[in-house]
Formats: sequence, C-alpha cells, structure tokens
Amino acid sequence: MDGYLHLSEGISFEGSWMGKAPECEVAGEIVFFTGMTGYQEVLTDPSYKGQIIVFTYPLIGNYGINKEDAESKKPQPAAVIVYESETNCFHYEAEMSMSQYLQKWDIPVLSHVDTRSVVKKIREHGSMPAILSTQENFEGEFSLQSDLKVPQVSTPKTVVYGEGKNHIVLLDFGYKKSILDSLLERECKVTVVPYDSTFDYIQSLCPDGILLSNGPGDPKDLKKNLPQIKKVIEQYPTLGICLGHQLAALALGADTKKMLFGHRGANQPVCDHVSGKVFMSSQNHSYVVDEQTLTKAGLSARFINCNDNSVEGLSHQILPLVTVQFHPEAHPGPADSDFIFAEFINLVETTKRRVVNYA
Amino acid sequence: MPKDKSIKSILVIGSGPIIIGQAAEFDYAGTQACIALKEEGYRVILLNNNPATVMTDPEFADAIYFEPMTVESVVKIIEKEKPDGLLATLGGQAGLNMAFQLSEHGIIDKYGLKVLGTSIESIKQGEDRDAFRNLMYELNEPVPESEVVHSVDEALNFAKTTGYPVIVRPAYTLGGTGGGIAPTEEELLSLVSGGLNESPIHQCLIEKSIAGYKEVEYEMMRDANGTCIAICNMENFDPVGIHTGDSIVVAPSQTLTDREYQLLRTSAVKIISALGIVGGCNIQFALDPESKNYYLIEVNPRVSRSSALASKATGYPIARMAAKLAVGHLLSEIKNPVTGNTFASYEPALDYVVVKIPKWPFDKFQNIERRLGTQMKATGEAMGIDRNFERALMKAVRSLDMKISDLSQVLFEKKTIEELKSMLTQQSDERLFIVMELLRRGVSKHMIHDMTKIDLFFLTRLETIVQIEEDIAAVNGSSVTKKQLAAYKEKGFSDNYLAKSWNMTEKELRSLRKELGIKPSFKMVDTCAAEFASTSNYFYSCYFGENEAPKTERRKVLIVGSGPIRIGQGVEFDYCSVHGVLALKEENIETIMINNNPETVSTDFALSDRLYFEPLCLEEILDVIEVEGIQEVIVQLGGQTALNLAKGLEEHGINLLGTSSELIDLFEDRDKFYRLLDKLSIPRVKGMTAGNQQELIDAVQTIGYPVLIRPSYVIGGQDMNVIENHIEMQTHLATNIVHYPVLVDQFLPAKEAEIDLAADGKHMIIPAIMEHIERTGVHSGDSLSMIPAQGLSSSVEEKIIDYASRIVNESGYVGLMNIQYIISEENVYILEVNPRSSRTMPIVSKVTGVPLVNKATKILLGKYNLSKNELPVFTNGPSPYVCVKYPVFSNFALRGLDLRTGPQMMSTGEGISIGATIEESLNKYFASLAGKMKGNRILYTSCNPEILVEAAESGIKLEKYVGDLDEVEGIIGVLCLGNSEVDIFLRQWAIRQRRLVFSQEETLKAYFQANKAKQWNVKPMGEWLKHIEKGVAMK
Repeated sequence: MDGYLHLSEGISFEGSWMGKAPECEVAGEIVFFTGMTGYQEVLTDPSYKGQIIVFTYPLIGNYGINKEDAESKKPQPAAVIVYESETNCFHYEAEMSMSQYLQKWDIPVLSHVDTRSVVKKIREHGSMPAILSTQENFEGEFSLQSDLKVPQVSTPKTVVYGEGKNHIVLLDFGYKKSILDSLLERECKVTVVPYDSTFDYIQSLCPDGILLSNGPGDPKDLKKNLPQIKKVIEQYPTLGICLGHQLAALALGADTKKMLFGHRGANQPVCDHVSGKVFMSSQNHSYVVDEQTLTKAGLSARFINCNDNSVEGLSHQILPLVTVQFHPEAHPGPADSDFIFAEFINLVETTKRRVVNYA
Repeated sequence: MPKDKSIKSILVIGSGPIIIGQAAEFDYAGTQACIALKEEGYRVILLNNNPATVMTDPEFADAIYFEPMTVESVVKIIEKEKPDGLLATLGGQAGLNMAFQLSEHGIIDKYGLKVLGTSIESIKQGEDRDAFRNLMYELNEPVPESEVVHSVDEALNFAKTTGYPVIVRPAYTLGGTGGGIAPTEEELLSLVSGGLNESPIHQCLIEKSIAGYKEVEYEMMRDANGTCIAICNMENFDPVGIHTGDSIVVAPSQTLTDREYQLLRTSAVKIISALGIVGGCNIQFALDPESKNYYLIEVNPRVSRSSALASKATGYPIARMAAKLAVGHLLSEIKNPVTGNTFASYEPALDYVVVKIPKWPFDKFQNIERRLGTQMKATGEAMGIDRNFERALMKAVRSLDMKISDLSQVLFEKKTIEELKSMLTQQSDERLFIVMELLRRGVSKHMIHDMTKIDLFFLTRLETIVQIEEDIAAVNGSSVTKKQLAAYKEKGFSDNYLAKSWNMTEKELRSLRKELGIKPSFKMVDTCAAEFASTSNYFYSCYFGENEAPKTERRKVLIVGSGPIRIGQGVEFDYCSVHGVLALKEENIETIMINNNPETVSTDFALSDRLYFEPLCLEEILDVIEVEGIQEVIVQLGGQTALNLAKGLEEHGINLLGTSSELIDLFEDRDKFYRLLDKLSIPRVKGMTAGNQQELIDAVQTIGYPVLIRPSYVIGGQDMNVIENHIEMQTHLATNIVHYPVLVDQFLPAKEAEIDLAADGKHMIIPAIMEHIERTGVHSGDSLSMIPAQGLSSSVEEKIIDYASRIVNESGYVGLMNIQYIISEENVYILEVNPRSSRTMPIVSKVTGVPLVNKATKILLGKYNLSKNELPVFTNGPSPYVCVKYPVFSNFALRGLDLRTGPQMMSTGEGISIGATIEESLNKYFASLAGKMKGNRILYTSCNPEILVEAAESGIKLEKYVGDLDEVEGIIGVLCLGNSEVDIFLRQWAIRQRRLVFSQEETLKAYFQANKAKQWNVKPMGEWLKHIEKGVAMK
C-alpha cells in the first residue's frame, strides 16, 4: 500500500509500507544515516529517539535482527525510511527479520522511497520536521513535539553491572549498551544512574570516574541539570560521549549550536591533535560544541572533524576530562577510537593513585 | 607532511604485457600514478614493455622504456637515468617481484635508490608465506593451519597430518598461478612440483582447505603517519575455493552484520599497520558463515585488480592517492577529488550495489577445463551498478557480450535437473546460469545452498529474478500495465528480454516503454551517499526516482568503449577510446564515455566530462544519448563490441562519426567485400560464402585445399580453422558444430603484412608497414611482427599503400582502419579490412610518434584535413631502429589449452622491444621471455634438416626428444611444429615449466637471428624517435 513522506519544506515522496500502514500520521525530525551496515544498532540507539531515520544504503535488513547487536531493549525511532527492506534473513544469528521486529514495536517502515533524493533535500534544508502519512497531500502543521526525549530513554532506577576494580558511574541520558560493554571489558564496575541524579547521590556511590552518556535531543533542553553535572566533572575523572560531551561543555561554560543536518554515519574522519593521527569514527549528532566559546571554559579542542573542522572532542586545562562527540564504543561503525576508553581508565587510575598518595 | 623533496626523479615499474591475473587494471593504476607524480613535479622514468597501455604514452612519463622487464634491464636504465626513487607497488605482482629481485641483487643499495611507498621489508613480510604467517601469529590473527614447504615430501607430510583437501599456494606468483586445491595425494604431488617451479623463491604454502567460508576482501590505505582507512569491502558471491578474480564479487558486503564488518576491518587495520604499508593494500578474509571465526587468506601489499574495482565501485581513486602517499603526503592533506570539498582521509559510503562478474575465455576455447579454483582463469571483468542487487547483477551479465538474454542460457533449458545438478558440482564458470535454471525448475534454494555454499541471501535474490521471469511470461505487450513494466525494468530486465518474451521487436518495446513514460534515471557516484554536495561526473542508470544527470548545451560526442577485456579485444581498444576522449577534449568538445570495464583508464572518472557505467547494449546507449541530448557518436574506437552497435544506433537516427553500418557491411560482408576488391583490381584470395554444409563442400571443390573457414563478424579469429585436405574436413564437420553462414577462403601459405591508417575520405596517414614473422595461418594477434617491415621490396610496399588508397578513395572512408595483406613473392593480396581501431594502433603510434587515434578523431570531427597522403616515417633503406611486437600467452592458467599458434588467437597480451637492428630487438624479446632461464638446448619432435644446420650455426643445441625429461638443465624451450600427441605433451610440459614453445619454424629462426646480437642497450622511446626526426630534417 502506498504511503507518503512529507517534509516541512513542502516536498513529498511516495513509497509503500512495509507491513501495515500506521493508523495515524507519524511525525518526527528527519535525519539520515550513511553507514552500509549496522541498521540494528542504529534502530536501537536511544539517541535516535523519536526521529525518522533514512538509511542511505539501499538494501536494509539483509542479515535480520539478532540478540547480540541491540544497543537498547527496543527500537527507538519514530519511523524508518528505506529503498528496499529485506523480508528474509538467513544469517546464523538472526532471530527475526527487520520488518517483523519493527512491526512488533509498531514502528512504521516506508520502503521503496528514493532515499538519495530525500537525503539531498535534508542536505540542502537541514534536518527538519517530517510527517509520514497514508495521504498523498498533507495540510497540517509540521510541528515537532517539544517533549523532552532524555527522560523517556534514561533508566528510572540505579542498576549495577560487573564487579571490576574501577567503579564508574554512568550518567544515563540514553546510553548505548556498547558503552557499558566497553567499560565492563576493561574491568570496571558500572553503576548506571538516572540522568537527573544529583551530585550528592553520585558522590554517595563513591565512584572512581564518571561517564556522561550519549542521548537524544538538544543538550540545552537539560539546562537545569548542568550545575549538578558541573560539580560531578569538577570532582571526578570524566568521559563524555556525544550528548555527554556537549553537556560537559555547556556545564563548564562553553556553548553548543545546531548543525544543518548533523553527522550520522560510520565514516567521519577525526583528527587527534595529540597524536596527529586521523581515524574513522561512528557518529550521530545534530548539535555541536561551538569552538569560539571554548577558551573561557578552560577547554580546548583536541579532536577536530577533518571535513568541516567542527569540534569532535575536548580536553580541559586542569580537570581530568575527556569528551568526544563521536562514539568510541563503535557499534555501528569502526572501533578505531576505542583507545578513548583506555585513556579514560588510565585517567581514572592515575587520579585514584594521586588521591591515595595525598591521603 | 609535505612531499619528499630529497628526490627529483622516480623510476616507475609497470606490469608488462597482459596475462591472466595481471591485466588492464595496472594500466589504470600506473597511469594514475604517473599523473600524480608528474603533478608533484617529479621526473617520471617508466619501464613497461606493454605498448597497448595509456601509461606508456609520452604525456604520462618523461622517459619511457619498452625494455625487457628484467633486473639486467633495470640496471641499465638506472645507470643511464640515475633516478632517485623507485616506485614498484603500482605495477602489480610483476612490479613487486622486480622490486624484490632488485633488493636481493643489492641494486637498490648500490645505486642508493629510495624505495617509495611500502618498503621492501614490508613487501617481503606480506608476500613471503613464512614471514607473513609468523607476523600473524605475533599479532594473534588467525591463519589457516598451514605449512611453508620447499619440497614435495614436506607437502605430503603436512597433508598426512591435516587430511585432504589441502590448498597449494606458491609464493610470489600472481593470480594464484600454479596453485590449486588438491583433493588427493596424486593431485597434491603434481600441484606442488609445479608450484615450486612457479615460485621465484621455490616455496609453497600448503594450507588446510576452508572452502565454503564467506570470502570477504578489504581495500585498505595507509599513510606514513599511520592513518588507516578502508576504502571498500567486497563480498564474493562464490565462497572460498574460487579465486576472487574468478568470482562474482559484490560491493559492499551484503550478508555481514556490522559486528562482522568491523571485526574484519579492525583486523585489516591491525595488519596493514604492523606491515607498515604506505599506499594501498588488499586483504582477503575467510569468514565462517556459522560463527565469528575468521581466517586471513592473503595480503597483497600493493594496488591490485581488486583496488581498481574498488576505485570504480566507490569513486575513490586508490592508485592516484597511493602514489601521493608514496611521496610523503598524508591522507588528511589530500582533497577527495570526487567531492572536491572533503579529504582523502575518508571512507566512502555507497548508496548503490556493485556487482562484478568475470569474463572468461571459454567461449573461444570450448574444450579446455572450465572448472574454477584457486588459479584465476578470467581475462577480464565487467561491473554493474544499481540501487538494487538484481539489476546490478543483470547489468554486469549483459556487459559480458555473451549473446544471451539476461540470465537465460538456452543451452541449459534442454538439460535434466540431474544433469544440471551434476554440472553444478563441476564448479564451472557457468554456475550462475545453472543455478538460475535449477531455480526455474523449482529446485529449492536451500538445496542449491547445500551444494554450493552460496549464501541464501544471494540465492533469494536470484529467486526473485525467477519469480519476475514468471510474471513477465504471464503478461504480454498489450496487457502489461505501467506499474508492472516499471517494476520489471527496475529489477533489471532488458528491453531485449521483454521484447523476446512478448514477441515484439526491441524497438517496439522501447516505444511501448516510452508511451508508458518509463525511462531510466541516472544517479551520481559521489563517494558519500549524497551527504556532501559533489561535482562528480560519474553516473549509472536505475529505474527509480530522481534523475541527476546534468543538462548541458555544448557540442558533445559519445564514445562507446569496448567492455571487458577478452582475448582478441584487449586493452588496446581502451587505449584507443582514451585517446579519442583526449582528442575531443583538445577540441573543446564535451566528452561522454560509456563503458562497463572497471579495470581500465577509460572508466577513470577523471578522464571524460561524463562517465556512464552501463552495459554496452543498444538500450543503455540510447538511454544515455537521450538523457544527454547527444548528436554524435563514435563507435570505431571500441573494437568489435562498439562496431556491432552501429546498425542499431543508425536505425534510431543517431549520427555516427566516420563509420556507417553500410561501410562496415561493405568490409565485413564477404561477398560485398570481394566485389569491391575486384572492382578496384586488388588481388584477393579465392573465397566464397557457404550457407550450409553442401555449399561448404561445393565451395571447397571450387577453391581447392587448403582452405580457411570462419564465421563472419568475429573477434580474434574465433572458430577459424585451416583445413588442409578432405580427411581433415570430414573430421572437422564431424566434431564441430558449424554455425552457417561461414566464409571459405583459399589458404595461401605466404607472408603477412598489415597497416593501420587514418583517412579523411581521400588521403591517408600510414605511419608504418608491419611485417609478420610467422607466415599465414597464424593469427596476426599471435605472430611476431616487425615495424618497419624488414623483408618487403619497395614495389610490395608501394602496392600495400596503393591498395589502401584505392579502398579509402572508393569508399570515401573517414577514420581509423586496419588492413591485413598476404604477400606471396611480389604479389600482394588483401586479406581483410577492419573499419575500426585495431590491436596494433597503439604500437604504431608509439613507435612512429604519429598519434593515429588523435588525428583520426579530429578528422572525424571535421577539425583536421589531410592535403596529401602522410606515408611511412621510415624511408626506404635501413631504418634507424626496429620494433618487434610479440604475443604473450596465458596458457599457464588455462589448463588444456595447447600452445600451437594458428588462426585462432590465443594470446592475452603483447609486448614490444626496440633495437637498433632486428637482431637486437629480437634478442631483447627473447631475453624478456626467458627470464631467469639460461641455456642453449632446445628439444624437438621433428623438423626440417636445414633448421638443424641453422641451429648449429647459431650455437643452439637442437636435441631430438626421445621420451624422457630427466636431464632438463639448460633446456630453454621446445620445438614442436605438429599436432601429434607427443607435440602436445611437450608443449604442455614447456608451458608448465615456463620454457619457450616454438610451434612455427619462423619463430625459431627469429630466435636464431636474435642470438646473433650479443648484447643490447636500453634507450627510451623519445630518443629513438629523435632518429626519425633527424632523418626527416636531413631530407
């Protein structure tokens, strides 16, 4: 059955529903992902909460959905747009097909869409509100729900994983499971706490380090949490990833801004000014830290995007802080920047030793 | 890091003549490298004895040496040119082996050459099986259980412990030469002894077989600063067990999860970093389809066939970037030339599917072994791009020029399911079509999967195609709806297939399609899935969505390329297409190229104003013509493939520059052609056309034996036979399916000569006359030939030119033409006229300094006129130098193909050598052939007594073969003129042992002549050419 994608710029695309058509119109911010593999990781990444994802690779679903590669317990986007969605899957790990999976969670898939053309519109006009509808014409308003996404994806209660020698408190803004896995692999005990946990609560957990996770939406929506985050950063070695990186910057007094259409893919080249090397990174963000505002916050841009020179990661003059806009935990995408975790653990351990020495 | 300023001149090693496993992709890589180095301001000194290449053109290097690809030769060049740097990683395995040998001989140190790009140490570590395996153990990267052996016994012992089958991989060979899968001890014995021989370091790897695993390749790049990127990954449709050069390959991988993709990518990064590669590198993995276990199969520390494919598949120019990295640049400093606004430190994102399919020579050689394994057999490849897999595959298949309709082989329709299944287990080149036929018969994909291990994802896509075939059969041209037809087109069914299914002509189908408003859209290849705006000029068609092809208003000309490389239609035609484009550009005309061969320079998107990657079928060419609004088309550059399209294009009102189908017909229709010759009083051999067996027998009676019979309109002497007598004719008729009509010609044992010319309808440019060394009966592509002719009288030469002039004037011919002659004493006969570019055009152009294709293209455009004939640059009397063109064969790869030259062309490539005398030139030729072999013994089966005398005079020991090959030391080759079992056996032995095979007396005489030159010197082409310029000035 035919379905339609309407963009707020007044352009519409035709497609057909994979599975049943949605009962009512579906609205969301439309974004695109350019990776050629990793659709399952993308679908389950909480940072995509409420968005409409366009996959630029034309064949999606080839290897089905498996148990291992989910980044959270359920698919997060509002809807999915593809050119071809594979309904069969034969991969040895596959539990079900992508369309079965998304249908199970009532997430509409509009397939047979000229996704390349959609991407060109997004590239021109920026990520924008979009509506999926069964109607060829759309007359309504393109307004996005202004609800806060982070509370919808953050853990409601504290959960502890592992029993390693370094205790990391993961402040959950919608974390990807691979971040947790990356810490557990490095012998950490990880306590995942709600995004709005206070400094006092976190302190009571006696962490050795803090991880500010990724998550959906505009970091400025979390303005009221910034003072608590600032206190945490000032007290503990901290790693900020994606939204966590932006929040750290805001908390220390730098600013963030919205990009035209963000970075979403598995091939963003990032230059590390410390090693002088360039590596490929996995990314998913619409907002970026404003480089002009770093100095006053005591921050400097250690990582820079090679394509557009945007800020990809920060270090602080004094504080034991590492923040990255990209995803060192990969999944999807290359694991080139996995050294970030090692650096962070190293930071945690040196700080710990220093504290012991002082004591 | 800025470029290396410590060096000023660089010696670049090319890959030499084309052989199976080392083909046009290295012309593409080499040309890109030379351009990149010249751009950086270096003096480029090039060694490559393959004249049919773009890279050996004067524009691309400062000094070009057509010299033997041997250490001796390189040393001479180094002494003369004193280069500072050496770049060998862009010349394929030949280049790599050369670098390795130079290092072994201490040449690199002695002359203080700086090895650019990947170091010799790294090359060794990547190529030497033992060193590589040890490195992998250190890195904790899995390699299949294996052992490096230097003797047959060691190999047998290994197999005893692991069990059969085992894989044999000789070290430092290309295209898996000499390797294979040994299911039994007997097979292992023969493979290992051959493999040890093949390996320049006498080493083989014996490996536990992991056949059935998924085969996945990564094309990696790394700069001197350690930045690593994966340009592309590719998945083989055929699992491990079939050489990747013989596999259908899909990019990017389709069945790997991100975890698997990254697992292998991470491993690739680790390996290329540990090896310290600077430049490009190809890494092949085997991935267990049932777990995350993987093995490394192979690392190629250089650009390769796969990297050419990856460049065309992604739009990322690997070789060009590799050359820049070799001189010290970093990936993050170089712009991505496709987008123009991002950097080279970037992994392309594809928003389409690419399918590559090999082109095999089995259609020419029907009786040789077709089973595919670890020894590559394909001569070329074609690539299809689309938004879906089905159409990408169908495009690739249709690009093979196979005279089939899409994925249907009529041949298999008559076979039973059991027969088909048994054929499937043979693992032949035809298995895609066999699988398709089995699916049509209702055999389940699961069963086919069990038999072949082809991933069910791919089999499901094939099942979809079968389903659509059924849907198509259920409707017809009047009942089909717009929606249905659009869907069939989207999934790749050609107009030709649909028309046949619905009993319409292709033209009617096209009109129907247009009435319904169904036409292709063209999408851009931009390396970034549209994330960034791009100025890319590289497009492919699809039947869905927005059309991105630009609208332009300038005068534009379409050049039709020549498709995949095959025997008889090789890289020469790509050379001609490229020069056509360059000539058009000089005249400021917009150039549009259509072709489907990912290996070549013509499909380098930096070349033409726009590149369309499409099958060379009428349908797609018309589509491109329509979307671009093209008025003029050149078909005479792309060989027979392009020429065959002339008629169809004319029927659609397209203006062909130079070549009309009427003219083609005049030369290719034997009756019309002979009438023309008779009218012009040009002598010809007696010939007739036979429409059936009776007519054939009658014709032979009229003409008299010996006769040459052949089909009309063919490439490379396919199905040509010389028949000496009645008995042979009976055997021929009994053992071959003869496709009538056939041409029957008197066979005249005599000399052959040929010319290439460019004409403007009245006057001609004929830069040289070529004389063949072998006599008639040997295909011109397989004979040695001399430029200028050495043994023709001036009256013969005059006749050659006069007859050409008569033909040009009578037909008003405009453009390129090749004419072949038979010379019997003072009589000159015309054998054939090819109204197109030819195999020898690049050679003639390079050796005489007359750019034939450039001039012809300008004539075609009306931009160049001849006021008189421009005749051979070599005047009468001794020429200042002589070029010998020689064929190069790949029989080592094609099991069962006898190496007795005849009317059917077998060679895959050619080389040239140039000397001050014919003796010197021939000496260089044999020096390049014999390689490391030394000796003066030749075994023969039977020969003319006068040859024995000549041999003795030349210091060659001709020894009668008496049935044993115990004492082989010093045997340089074999002389087997006949067709007896012993002859064939001995030739096969020589092929395996890489010794010279003489199957014609004249070739052996040329060898004697070569031996008269005791030494040879190197000289770049530019210096040779100065001799003629001087000669001209003196007159």
